[in-house]
Amino acid sequence: MKRISLLLGCVFAIGLSLQAVPATAQTTWQDINIPPLPAFHPQEPKRFVLPNGMIIFLQEDHELPLIDGVARIRGGSRSEPVEKIGLVDMYGEVWRTGGTKAQTGDQLDDYLEIRAAKVETGSSGDSTTISWSCLKADFDDVFKVFDDVLRGPEFRSDKVDLVQKEFFDAISRRNDNVDEIVGRESAKLAYGAQSPYARVPEYKTIVAVTRQDLVDWHRAHVSPNNIILGIVGDFDSAAMEAKLRQLYGAWPKGPAFKEAKTEPMPAKAGYYLVQKEDVNQSSISMVGVGITRDNPDYYAVRVFNEAFGGGFSSRLFRTIRSQKGLAYSVGGGIGTAFDHPGMVRLAMGTKSATTLESIQALDEQIDDVSKHPITEAEIKTAKDAILNAFIFNLDSPDKILRERMTYEFYGYPQDYLEKFRLGVEKVTAADVARAATKYLHKEKLSTLVVGNPAEFDKPLSSLGAVTDIDITIPPPPGEPAEPPAKPGQ
Amino acid sequence: MKYRALKPFALLLMLSAVAAGQDLAAFEKRITVKKLENGLTVVICERPGAPVFSFNTHVDAGSVQDPMGQTGLAHMFEHMAFKGTDKIGTTDYPAEKVALEKVETAYAAYIQERDKRVGRDEQKLKELQKAWQDDIAEAQEYVKPNEFPQILESNGAEGLNASTSEDQTEYHYSFTENRLELWAYLESERFLHPVMREFYKERNVVIEERRMRTDSNPIGRLLEQFTTAAFQAHPYHRPTIGWIADLNSFSATDAQHFFDRYYIPSNMVVAIVGDVKASEAMPIVEKYFNRLPSRPQPDERTTTEPPQNAERRVELRERSQPLYLEGYHRPDYRDKDDNVYDAIADLMSNGRTSRLYRALVRDKKIAAYSAGFTGLPGSKYPHLFAFYAFPLPGHQNQEVADAIHVEIERLKNEDISDEELKMIRTRAKADLLRGLDDNEGLASELALFQSRYDDWRELFHQVENLDKVSKADIRRVANQTFVPTNRTVGIIETVAPPPGPAQNGGGR
Repeated sequence: MKRISLLLGCVFAIGLSLQAVPATAQTTWQDINIPPLPAFHPQEPKRFVLPNGMIIFLQEDHELPLIDGVARIRGGSRSEPVEKIGLVDMYGEVWRTGGTKAQTGDQLDDYLEIRAAKVETGSSGDSTTISWSCLKADFDDVFKVFDDVLRGPEFRSDKVDLVQKEFFDAISRRNDNVDEIVGRESAKLAYGAQSPYARVPEYKTIVAVTRQDLVDWHRAHVSPNNIILGIVGDFDSAAMEAKLRQLYGAWPKGPAFKEAKTEPMPAKAGYYLVQKEDVNQSSISMVGVGITRDNPDYYAVRVFNEAFGGGFSSRLFRTIRSQKGLAYSVGGGIGTAFDHPGMVRLAMGTKSATTLESIQALDEQIDDVSKHPITEAEIKTAKDAILNAFIFNLDSPDKILRERMTYEFYGYPQDYLEKFRLGVEKVTAADVARAATKYLHKEKLSTLVVGNPAEFDKPLSSLGAVTDIDITIPPPPGEPAEPPAKPGQ
Repeated sequence: MKYRALKPFALLLMLSAVAAGQDLAAFEKRITVKKLENGLTVVICERPGAPVFSFNTHVDAGSVQDPMGQTGLAHMFEHMAFKGTDKIGTTDYPAEKVALEKVETAYAAYIQERDKRVGRDEQKLKELQKAWQDDIAEAQEYVKPNEFPQILESNGAEGLNASTSEDQTEYHYSFTENRLELWAYLESERFLHPVMREFYKERNVVIEERRMRTDSNPIGRLLEQFTTAAFQAHPYHRPTIGWIADLNSFSATDAQHFFDRYYIPSNMVVAIVGDVKASEAMPIVEKYFNRLPSRPQPDERTTTEPPQNAERRVELRERSQPLYLEGYHRPDYRDKDDNVYDAIADLMSNGRTSRLYRALVRDKKIAAYSAGFTGLPGSKYPHLFAFYAFPLPGHQNQEVADAIHVEIERLKNEDISDEELKMIRTRAKADLLRGLDDNEGLASELALFQSRYDDWRELFHQVENLDKVSKADIRRVANQTFVPTNRTVGIIETVAPPPGPAQNGGGR
């Protein structure tokens, strides 16, 4: 069904449940009584550590007869060699599709699908994952597959070839979609084109990856001391713990994973243009370096973001979209991440003929933060929005498990969410103003435009020096630089 | 519609199967349905747990109901449903009402002059445009911008959004359970006293949405041309987002008329899922939603797409990489073979065991991804079953088309295997269960099925019906549907950009 959309926990006070409702409908929303929320104690998962360092979380959930789990392993594409960019993403796929010693990936597919079960692997910048989902009755069968893939993958060459073709295809299509171009080039401007946080695979780096690289990656990273395993579903924790201790207790430790710290190397502030003739809307992205989530200013930054560029009530949405009608998609703020600075980013899409007008409108909004600091009323709305929706971080056993695993992975305290709630409650207007001044600087931002300059309202160069970004895709090794267009059928 | 590539997920939410009958029995106990006096249906599903609930307001009207020359109006009204009421979003409604009426009068005069075929007076047109804009500025004086969504957000609304499709319009978010009455008030007021304020600015927002989704996106351009070609009589040939000329033409008055005609209680289902008790929640919902005035059912007559008797073809020459899409007409969702189409879609497309993946991606190595699906562009009326593929670099659309046709011929000529049939049935049950642990998704499904079948139980019966699909059914339906004269093809062919890069530092 095609749909067009309009947009883009802890303990609560003990109180009454819904009753005491007046017999007639209220006439204004302010008249409606909001009773205190009943006490809610989210169920914490059980955590234990094996002697070999493997960390395990067990979260019982007996609503449906299902058992799901995921193991997250330290080390991701940020750590791959620069001449083999794409290695870890290829690994993340062939790990599963390449099968095990006993069974090919295709055989695993048949075995699992007839049970409507899944075992899948994946990758990200800082980790790889292997997960499963199954009916309780199939748990032993499916968990056996999980364990075989975890500890005995085969990385068969036919699937290495197949994934290489898929990656070639993805590279060939990477300039077809404006969002993909903007996302990719924004990260390069914020972190530096060669930064582990921004670099992307090329044909030549994909070709450079061999089956042996995948085998080596696995050997170097998949050891118990690098793994956090989480299981949620209809099982008994004591029995599961015993099973896991027995299965993984004797698994020998491997080398501890270490990642070299990389500092962002942002591009020189200024204007950057990607010319795209087949669009009638410019995509604008103003980017810089943000903060990490353990920064003491994090709470103030989150409140600022909500007020400045978060939802319908934010300044960017209200002015750029509702009042000026310049954009459908608009938003932004000071980005945050767990283990490296996030990206400061303001982004919008506007018709080609209002490109410069829109850049200026975004500039004005940044200036306005110091001229008309975020008001007490705006801060109240933002804090209410965060705090009244806070429970949606914890409203299912599965979400709680994922939260806890995330904090464990990044070395954040297990009561991080509760700290966050208290931190947001304490944020003052002065905190928000200080955070905005500290992290949002117009003169430090790079402004990227992906669009058709022939239709802009004014030349981009009227705002300052413009650097053209050439997004031509370097050809695969041994092929001509400008491949002729394929003949039509 | 999903053009998503087959990618591994970090944590799969795929759930598995138990007998559907069991689920139905368990769920019947949790679900309360009530048709209010005004004709609006309320479905409440009790799901004890965290003290939250989700709702879905399902309006049985979508872009198919857009009047001629006013495509995009159903979607435009959806945007307006966030603009507030006579009490929310205004500093002085009586004065604002007068100002908004002036805007409409001025706009009508402007449009009349603008659209004159002969004798248009350019000077007069300019004056009329200015008068209209001045009236807009005057009306703006009374606006409290975005007050309605601000109330929702500051009360912690989660997943606040809405969507419009060809078939229906949906509004949804989640709240903590102590805000049930607040929700009932706000959600009913939105449809009791909608105000078309800031209409012409919001129209520009929607036009930007069109530029983003369709005009500046090669797949968006292909889909619009493809659907337009496949349907010639039925309103499915028109885009939900609207044609640009219509977006630049329809008025706030038109949107109000659309609302008056189609947002009638008997066209609406409100589903609530979460930690609520029906015995406590139903009286609250009834008290607020029964205020909506009942109105006569609109004349819903629409034409039926005549049989297609020649292949149609649209070919876009783009700078983007190739894409192949083809669609075949099929009956609407009430057809006795509806589940047969579902079975075919699953067999052909679901995961790495699917026939199209194995044939085009794994074995022939000519496509990065290929799948078939039903429900293009909607499913309430006769629609399309479609197949598509992304050819790998160095491979042509014709190659993937031929390979898809080989798989279609297999469907027609050979029975599917016992294992395949079992897989389809097991997965259908799993897919059904997948939705049961998610308040938001379940509210959407219950509202949809209650609206489409007048009975939410159909959601569960679907699985039983799929169990009855036989190998012979699949061959029969494939033979009657997948024939060349019933086919529309849409392709993107790659053309080289014009020679000479224009690296001029962003000149005009």
